[in-house]
Amino acid sequence: MGGMGLLFHIGRYFAFMASALRRPQKGRVFAQATIIELEAIGVQSLGIVALLSLFMGAVIAIQTAHQVGGWVPAYTIGFTVRQTMILEFAPTIIPVILSGKVGSNIASQIGTMQVTEQIDALEVMGVRSISHLVLPKLLAALVIFPFLVVIAMVLGIGAGAWICNAAELSSFADYEYGIQVDFKAFDVAYALIKTCVFALIITSVSAYHGYHTSGGAKEVGRSSTKAVVYSVVIVMVANLVITQLLLT
Amino acid sequence: MIRVRGVDKAFGDKTVLHGIDVAFDAGQVNFIIGRSGSGKSVLTKCIVGLLEVDAGSIHYAGEDFTSLTSKEREEIRLQIGMLFQGGALFDSMTVLENVEFPLKMFTSMGPEERMERAMECLKRVQLEGAEYRYPAEVSGGMQKRVALARAIVGRPRYLFCDEPNSGLDPQTAIVIDNLIRDLTQEYNTTTVVISHDMNSVIEIGDNIHFLHEGTVAWRGDRKGILDSGVKELDTFVYASDLMRNIKAKLQEQ
Repeated sequence: MGGMGLLFHIGRYFAFMASALRRPQKGRVFAQATIIELEAIGVQSLGIVALLSLFMGAVIAIQTAHQVGGWVPAYTIGFTVRQTMILEFAPTIIPVILSGKVGSNIASQIGTMQVTEQIDALEVMGVRSISHLVLPKLLAALVIFPFLVVIAMVLGIGAGAWICNAAELSSFADYEYGIQVDFKAFDVAYALIKTCVFALIITSVSAYHGYHTSGGAKEVGRSSTKAVVYSVVIVMVANLVITQLLLT
Repeated sequence: MIRVRGVDKAFGDKTVLHGIDVAFDAGQVNFIIGRSGSGKSVLTKCIVGLLEVDAGSIHYAGEDFTSLTSKEREEIRLQIGMLFQGGALFDSMTVLENVEFPLKMFTSMGPEERMERAMECLKRVQLEGAEYRYPAEVSGGMQKRVALARAIVGRPRYLFCDEPNSGLDPQTAIVIDNLIRDLTQEYNTTTVVISHDMNSVIEIGDNIHFLHEGTVAWRGDRKGILDSGVKELDTFVYASDLMRNIKAKLQEQ
């Protein structure tokens, strides 16, 4: 993508967002759509989030024990698992994984609606299609992503405790002390702030790519891929910017 | 009534419509016909506001649609029903939910009243019993009828049908044609049909506009179309053996 192309997309993205954030035309329809999206984005993602968090928490505990075991205090394992899960794995890696699941789903759903004239049908009826389709997804993601991330933190730290006990890496008392030592509540706030930003990025970038699909099935697939790639890249850039702003 | 005045539309260097002047009358089935790429779909998209015109104006009952803001256009859009080529049904909704949708969005009707009106429309297009099926579970002809039910559920003043018979067998096509004609009379709609199906044109066309290379090359009624004297239209009308045979028989008589 050339410089002009990038500028064009940035301009069109912000115009798209301005349309997406317009007041819903019918409150009840909007509320129903948001509930459906909460289920699609949140409840249907619980399984993958839980599974990945459990394994990651356990693996981080084993790796920490393997790397530093013997020459640093045993509570370091709990401390490292907690910090990794709260600061990076749950708020960044989980949204990146969700961009693959939720983002591609949003792009392909809206893209299919575009190429099958369903969006034209909405417009002809007088429905503001962008707001109608995108705003419930944005709101649902903003509400549900932080919950998923908190669940990931808790499960990851819990899995670390379990593996420490099962593989005799450290005592439970050491692990418990580790997850409490030097705890800063702001770290959780920082994690939740960036989760909300990532939720907005993933949902809006994916919806943007889906909405501007033209052609057929091949283009829908391409939009879906673009949605994931651009979401992940923008999330990574935003991660650096937010971290620099909030932690230094 | 819809009046299109001096409409131009181009995509980059390619001019698709040039100086289009047409009028579509209320209570009549108005056809826009022409070969693929002649500008039929672009003209329709301009009329319903899915595309902006480069020049000219479009008037709905005297009101200049092209000069209205998007908010003001919503008022007119509520009076438009449209049957899209592929049906454009919302695939996550049942047949009944599809038909109810415009009422849910734009009226204060309660659930029972909405359902009653939607069922009335489904009955009108002979689709009782299919209301809880999803679009993917019904045939192409049924999808077109659901789309037609959705288009008329709000009692529109203007009805647009884009290639209503594409992909349908001749018998189902006749059912759709008859529905379009009957609904036009029942609701006194200004109906605009975009088609290249000569059977439909001959069956139900009241006013016919022939588009060729982005301009209106001929206009008239279904009697006149068979003997227009316009070379491009004759080539279009008599492209099939069937139509050539009909012409030969008419000449023999």
